Amino acid sequence: EGFGLGREALPEEIAAWNLDVSPDGTGLPVGSGSVEDGEYLFSDKCAVCHGEFAEGVDNWPKLAGGEDTLARKDPIKTVGSYWPYLSTVWDYAHRSMPFGDAQSLTVDETYAITAYIIYSNNLVDDDFVLSNENFLEVEMPNADGFIIDDRAETEYPNFTNRCMENCKENVEITMRAAVLDVTPEEEGAEEAAAETPAETEVAAAEEAAPAAEAPAAEAAPAAAAALNPALVAAGETVFKKCKACHQVGPDAKNKVGPVLNGLIGRSIASVDGFKYSPAMKAKADEGFVWTEETVAAYLKDPKGYIPKNKMSFAGLKKDEDIAAVIAYIESNAQ
Amino acid sequence: TPDPLITEKQPWATGWGDGVDATPYGLPIRFEGDVIRRNVEWLTADVISSINFTPIHALDGTITPAGCAFERHHSGAIELAKEDYRLMIHGLVDKPLVFTYEDLERFPRVNRTYFLECAANTGMEWAGAQLNGAQFTHGMIHNMEYSGVTLRTLLEEAGVKPEGKWIYVEGADASSNGRSIPIEKALDDCLVAFKANGEALRKEHGYPVRLCVPGWEGNMWVKWLRRVEVTDQAVESREETSKYTDTLADGTSRKWTWVMDAKSVVTSPSPQSPIKHGKGPLVITGLAWSGRGAITAVDVSIDGGKTWTEARLAAPGQKMALTRFYLDIEWDGSEMLLQSRATDETGYVQPTKKQLRDVRGENSVYHNNCIQTWWVKENGEAENVEVS
Repeated sequence: EGFGLGREALPEEIAAWNLDVSPDGTGLPVGSGSVEDGEYLFSDKCAVCHGEFAEGVDNWPKLAGGEDTLARKDPIKTVGSYWPYLSTVWDYAHRSMPFGDAQSLTVDETYAITAYIIYSNNLVDDDFVLSNENFLEVEMPNADGFIIDDRAETEYPNFTNRCMENCKENVEITMRAAVLDVTPEEEGAEEAAAETPAETEVAAAEEAAPAAEAPAAEAAPAAAAALNPALVAAGETVFKKCKACHQVGPDAKNKVGPVLNGLIGRSIASVDGFKYSPAMKAKADEGFVWTEETVAAYLKDPKGYIPKNKMSFAGLKKDEDIAAVIAYIESNAQ
Repeated sequence: TPDPLITEKQPWATGWGDGVDATPYGLPIRFEGDVIRRNVEWLTADVISSINFTPIHALDGTITPAGCAFERHHSGAIELAKEDYRLMIHGLVDKPLVFTYEDLERFPRVNRTYFLECAANTGMEWAGAQLNGAQFTHGMIHNMEYSGVTLRTLLEEAGVKPEGKWIYVEGADASSNGRSIPIEKALDDCLVAFKANGEALRKEHGYPVRLCVPGWEGNMWVKWLRRVEVTDQAVESREETSKYTDTLADGTSRKWTWVMDAKSVVTSPSPQSPIKHGKGPLVITGLAWSGRGAITAVDVSIDGGKTWTEARLAAPGQKMALTRFYLDIEWDGSEMLLQSRATDETGYVQPTKKQLRDVRGENSVYHNNCIQTWWVKENGEAENVEVS
């Protein structure tokens, strides 16, 4: 009989949350999208982390390539080389992507982006259009590459020897962690009695912030007066590449990246409550200030201009895009 | 010479300490400031989708304090208030239901202590000794006492149809982190938990409600649990296909490798917890656990696995929970190759890294439950090594 607790879920409530898609197509909505549209959408919404050709940026997932690497050392696992079901791509893109702006893709956009990803893996041609009708026809190269957990047969019967004495004749060290030396340093471990290290760092960054806000407030109105509306409009489009991580405007909050309000004229690494990388903090110690020139240089080559900073963005190639996006950020200075 | 700490009056013995409300919800004393979660920055692209590690080298007993229990997020730790919380059960059920947080509190409640281990714990050690510290090699684990409602209770309230063979569980955060779980496990021991170690779940552990899937990989313990869909097949979501599958040497990959096999590690002495007192009485201690039941024995070797001595369990092993072990020795000040080896109630004996590699190769990433070796040197310092 039960406890009579809870209430019946309404059909529209179930529809709002029941979005998962299974390998046999269960849950796949009616719609379609082309590789061509997908290329534009991917560049706009996905390339910041996954690269223009789905090749991946930094440590972010590679979505293309890696054929025939699964049996070698350090296999490259991409949609093309590894993922057994196309439904997983559609489902994940639709429900959980873009990173920081999940559930923002329409059904057709999701089809288009999925089409572009499989195109990037050479699984379809450039004129391909993916839809709910032909979805199950796409063959995934590694569909047969999986077996169900077989430890009960291949391991458990063999892992039962509880030897206590004379278990082996010789023991030699064959590898040492100190050789690789990739362990993070424990800041302040020795002097733990004096301070709590992690919090001190954050507190210092927060204290530095208010002082840095003053010049930004002064610089903003002057800059805003000279802004070209066409350039600002163009910049809004370019800013889509930044939007997954950065916000700008009256309601902007820190996300993966810090808010960009008042960027021009402010000291580097000075936004309240944002945890900057050591590379950015080191620049702050040098007194580095964001100007139109320094922002432009940074956007051209983020990793080259400030090495080891954690912004995962390949950079803007075109100078006009850089000028436009700076104008757009400045238009939101307040 | 007399100890001035004894012969001289000390400030703490003459003046006042803090009043009762100095810290309405307390934190550890500042002298313990190094007992904190730590991240390995190069592991992941961004802290929003990342993991850190429990400082197991500095803890004792078996319960992990929530404040230093490791975190793993796929889209950041969200703030979800109890009044905004909804749990939906739908799919192949007689009656799809929505519960509020208050509804959950009115179901019969249970208390269960379980370990949660990330499938990737020790994963960086497949290709060789890499990270120097038990926190980094084995710290993707915590062990808490949960209070909540069995998932079985909630599924029975909705009524599972006979064709319902799986459930698909999903979180309320942007990653959703959905996983498929066989209905047998769902009806067996899964728990919909809202308290851990007596207090509300911490934000980073899924406040206000998370799923516990005892003995199975941590990724399935969906945080901010918002939806349980009863299905007739596995959804094969991103987390159960492209991730959390284990690639063997020939390029074939195992899927549905949910169970965490028996494992143990010496937490002290270890690289972050060296011997500072020289030779003489030494407490060797560590943790053991198994996703297939209770730990029945832990053996310790100081000679790299030539000979083993059965350690003392601090308490009898509990199913799917951490067990603390101790071996009290008289250290002669010479080098040790220190290892521990767990045995669980199925008779499974924790394997060496070589035994695992012989079956799986080095590319599995997940489920590395090999015997760990610490090389303790004459000066008491320890290093993560591999031995023949």
